[in-house]
Amino acid sequence: MVILPLQVHVKMADEAVCVGPAPTSKSYLNMDAIMEVIKKTRAQAVTDVYFCFLKLYLRCLLQASEGVTFIGPDTHAIQAMGDKIESKLLAKNAKVNTIPGFDGVVKDADEAVRIAREIGYPVMIKASAGGGGKGMRIAWDDEETREGFRFSSQEAASSFGDDRLLIEKFIDNPRHIEIQVLADKHGNALWLNERECSIQRRNQKVVEEAPSTFLDPETRRAMGEQAVALAKAVKYSSAGTVEFLVDSSKNFYFLEMNTRLQVEHPVTECITGLDLVQEMIRVAKGYPLRHKQADIPINGWAVECRVYAEDPYKSFGLPSIGKLSQYQEPLHVPSVRVDSGIQQGSDISIYYDPMISKLITYGSNRAEALKRMEEALDNYVIRGVAHNISLLREVIVHPRFVQGDISTKFLPEVYPDGFKGKRFWLKWEKHEISVKNSSPVCFFFRIPVAKSKRSSWELSVRLGDGIYPVAVSKDGSSFSVEVDGMKLNVTSEWNLASPLLSVTVDGTQRTIQRLSRNASGDTNIQFLGTVYKLQILTKVAAELSKYMPEKAAEDTSSILRSPMPGAVVAVSVKPGDTVSEGQEICVIEAMKMQNSMIAAKTGKVKAVHCKAGDTVGEGDLLVELE
Amino acid sequence: DKKNFAIVYYCMASLVLSKGHTYLVSWLCSWPLLYFCPYQCPTEKRTKGFCQKSLSRLRISFFLSSAAAKDRGKLTARERILLLLDPDSFDEYDMFVEHRCSDFGMDSNKNKYPGDSVVTGRGRINGRLAYVFSQDFTVFGGSLSGAHAQKICKVMDQAAMVGAPVIGLNDSGGARIQEGVESLAGYADIFLRNVLCSGVVPQISLIMGPCAGGAVYSPALTDFTFMVKDTSYLFITGPDVVKSVTNEDVTQEQLGGAKTHTAVSGVAHRAFENDIDALLNLREFFNYLPLSNRDPAPVCECHDPSDRLVPELDTVVPVESTKAYDMLDIIHSIADEREFFEIMPSYARNIVVGFARMNGRTVGIVGNQPKVASGCLDINSSVKGARFVRFCDAFNIPLITFVDVPGFLPGTAQEYGGIIRHGAKLLFAFAEATVPKITIITRKAYGGAYDVMSSKHLRGDANYAWPTAEVAVMGAKGAVQIIFRGKEANAEAEYVDKFANPFPAAMRGFVDDIIQPSTTRVRICRDLDVLASKTQSSPWKKHANIPL
Repeated sequence: MVILPLQVHVKMADEAVCVGPAPTSKSYLNMDAIMEVIKKTRAQAVTDVYFCFLKLYLRCLLQASEGVTFIGPDTHAIQAMGDKIESKLLAKNAKVNTIPGFDGVVKDADEAVRIAREIGYPVMIKASAGGGGKGMRIAWDDEETREGFRFSSQEAASSFGDDRLLIEKFIDNPRHIEIQVLADKHGNALWLNERECSIQRRNQKVVEEAPSTFLDPETRRAMGEQAVALAKAVKYSSAGTVEFLVDSSKNFYFLEMNTRLQVEHPVTECITGLDLVQEMIRVAKGYPLRHKQADIPINGWAVECRVYAEDPYKSFGLPSIGKLSQYQEPLHVPSVRVDSGIQQGSDISIYYDPMISKLITYGSNRAEALKRMEEALDNYVIRGVAHNISLLREVIVHPRFVQGDISTKFLPEVYPDGFKGKRFWLKWEKHEISVKNSSPVCFFFRIPVAKSKRSSWELSVRLGDGIYPVAVSKDGSSFSVEVDGMKLNVTSEWNLASPLLSVTVDGTQRTIQRLSRNASGDTNIQFLGTVYKLQILTKVAAELSKYMPEKAAEDTSSILRSPMPGAVVAVSVKPGDTVSEGQEICVIEAMKMQNSMIAAKTGKVKAVHCKAGDTVGEGDLLVELE
Repeated sequence: DKKNFAIVYYCMASLVLSKGHTYLVSWLCSWPLLYFCPYQCPTEKRTKGFCQKSLSRLRISFFLSSAAAKDRGKLTARERILLLLDPDSFDEYDMFVEHRCSDFGMDSNKNKYPGDSVVTGRGRINGRLAYVFSQDFTVFGGSLSGAHAQKICKVMDQAAMVGAPVIGLNDSGGARIQEGVESLAGYADIFLRNVLCSGVVPQISLIMGPCAGGAVYSPALTDFTFMVKDTSYLFITGPDVVKSVTNEDVTQEQLGGAKTHTAVSGVAHRAFENDIDALLNLREFFNYLPLSNRDPAPVCECHDPSDRLVPELDTVVPVESTKAYDMLDIIHSIADEREFFEIMPSYARNIVVGFARMNGRTVGIVGNQPKVASGCLDINSSVKGARFVRFCDAFNIPLITFVDVPGFLPGTAQEYGGIIRHGAKLLFAFAEATVPKITIITRKAYGGAYDVMSSKHLRGDANYAWPTAEVAVMGAKGAVQIIFRGKEANAEAEYVDKFANPFPAAMRGFVDDIIQPSTTRVRICRDLDVLASKTQSSPWKKHANIPL
């Protein structure tokens, strides 16, 4: 029986071995299984390109035995940089700018508060062993420090088995700019320019680009040289990234060093022309670097969007799971690179990061790269799971982003009430409705046997709270659409089976994705990244719909539903308890993220439908209030 | 001049109708100028017939203000027709028919309504002919008089004659009690026509209001019964009678609401949110149906390439044979434009039935649903499947069957309920069907259920197996226990090796080919093309005797 692999990279491999079931503790963190595979396949080298799961242990084991080469830096460099305290000390010694702070075991919340006051608010608290921005919390006062201490220490203990915490000065309005370094085993090291990764949500990167609009050549050189100094100080070999926070006066502070290939490495590859993975393999083999610092160019501009399976309307992205019922990468758009490991039919599970792909576009300048990104996002077909294309599409055309006026607070500043989808201007709105309306009209022509002579329709479109009367008339394959006294000419090939519909509205070409339609007139389309729910009815039906009864909606303030699929970590209430508005009711963990669920109103707990350890799906009832 | 007045009056009346402006109506109705019109009588009556709509709107708004309104949130009989049919396509019959009852003060002029309590006629749905009757609850509660029945019978007779479907929009309180036996006779006349039309033209009932007593049997005899949520009910006797006879306390909704009939009793095939939603969906549904048993399954323009590969099907069946997956994923991905009109989606969910199109041609799809009760066959799913298969066979709609069935559900509940008799219905239906039959075994095809699910042995035209198929008498574990009484350690592996794959069946020709799942759509489309000219007949008989 032939069972085909689900993942693209598995399919591409000459030989693939399963290391274990989905939970990481049983597969990627299971050293025995991995050693077994290495033995069985007689592998010459091993790597964990993106994930830092294996980190220390694997390397120690490997180097002690077998003579298997690890593609990546040496153990001591990883160890030094994997530890926040040591990395900071090393950085200080290497004369790299660092942020004031404390790192070590914090006894209790009071001590945390004392330390925070010493540094001065605001401070940032996180587990020392945690990578990236994962589990990072920011405290502006004593109360928040206590809360942050509680979460971070829990997370430190449960996820990393390491109690140490990092508390340091939080830099307001910073940019996250990092320097790619490449070093060999012969003491050579290069800096491959910077990547700007300031667009983040919950301290995880969303949009990255290279180069940065913010750095001038001097700052760039200063940062690059400090990064190389640090790499040399730890005798680093292979590719690595030195992350900096840059404040508005271009002061930069060392944040941490990532001792692996990073998700956003393709943008550096695009502008420098180096293949970082190839270089890593060469370095591992013991070859010296082929390039000199002077050979490293900045050619053009590259932008990367991280396409996630998550709903951007819920705190800029809550994970979504499901099967990709349709999936089509926009590879027909020029200068587009898509790095992904999934295909149509793949499952997005709760076990890993919900990333679908990395979408990279390149151009001779930033405007060109961004223009291509717009096109690529419009042409990206993802069905079956929620995705963040709407957010990405909005970010890359936002005036602040286009001007390069960004910081790590970009998203909360631009969307203080959360992301709500495209905010369109009046002209667009009309375009959009006209564009939309032509397509349902097509359904009139695809009815069996129907030889309808009709050529004009009076329709009524409901979009959000607005109802727009629309007059459509047909002439050959083009439609004339009248919305609010504005007449537009819409032409297309009208292939309604294709997920992408290219239409020309008054001479402007637009790509629309038709997501779904039903007989009740509900039509969902994706236009400029955002999904719109339209209801398209004939004028008669629309007029009569006012007589239809309103269906009562469920009162959601007294019930708590899981906003996403995941596992219940803790439930802090029991039936009969009185809770106040905003009080934590339970904690759900999904995709390695802990989410605190709070009461929407003050009241008595009527029933608790979950317990710690339960797996819950999106929309599952957790707790009912009276 | 007078003629002009009539026209003006007519136009204004229509205007009023479209606006539902009740104030204007009363003013218009008392318009003295009309007195001069030579066509006074018919025009007045016609207007009264039309005005009923406005009047009923008045009544509804009146009722809405009084909390006792039973018919709130409903459209009038004419508004429903307006929405169901293409614009300007409705030709009304018998607008001048009035009821003939003279007892109980019914003969007074104010108790006579032109057209009585039903609007009948013919029209087009997306250009295709349909006969329609729409009961008017605002006239004597939509109750069925002799005249009312006569009007319905007339359109049914004509529909059968010309070969076009009959659509009933039911909103009737039951028999016209003032008319006594005449009303009962009317019911029987309709029932007879329902039966005679059965298998000749598709008959569809849309229940849009209360429907009690004798009135429920006409929908029950039709091919499809749809309901409107919250405003429609179907029951033999209402909650009051139930209370007095069985002492059960039950609400109308619990007894015969849309939820009850679509999920529990299986009387209704689908429910919709409101009148408009229901009528629009009915239009959509109508597109799948042939006009009569002399018509081939309709073909519509198709943009979805018939040779489209469906790569996700290669991975849709989980590696573990005990793990569930959603059969609807498979159906959506092979159907034209992913569109599937599911019939009875909430009832017996272990089998999925419904209509889709392949290369533009309507097909009926039957599939076991591994997600619900492992996709086993039980009483309800057998009956649901059987009725659907027989409809498709009667109306020349090719059948595509997806098989993943672990067998019939065991247990006393099923045996006492007559699973043998009911399971036989599905077997009977598949065996008897002479339309093109294409079967795809996606995973399990165990035991008798393998035979039942449109197997090669029941005149299947094209039977395929995916590489994940297991065609066997039962699962390996059970089989080994019986063969070896559990004494043979390696026997299970041997059985799996031998039967948990499609080869034994393929070697005997019981499946025609083992196909790559991603090519399923291509294969089905090609087969349907070839099988379009299929003719097959069964021995002459008056009719078969399906085990009811």
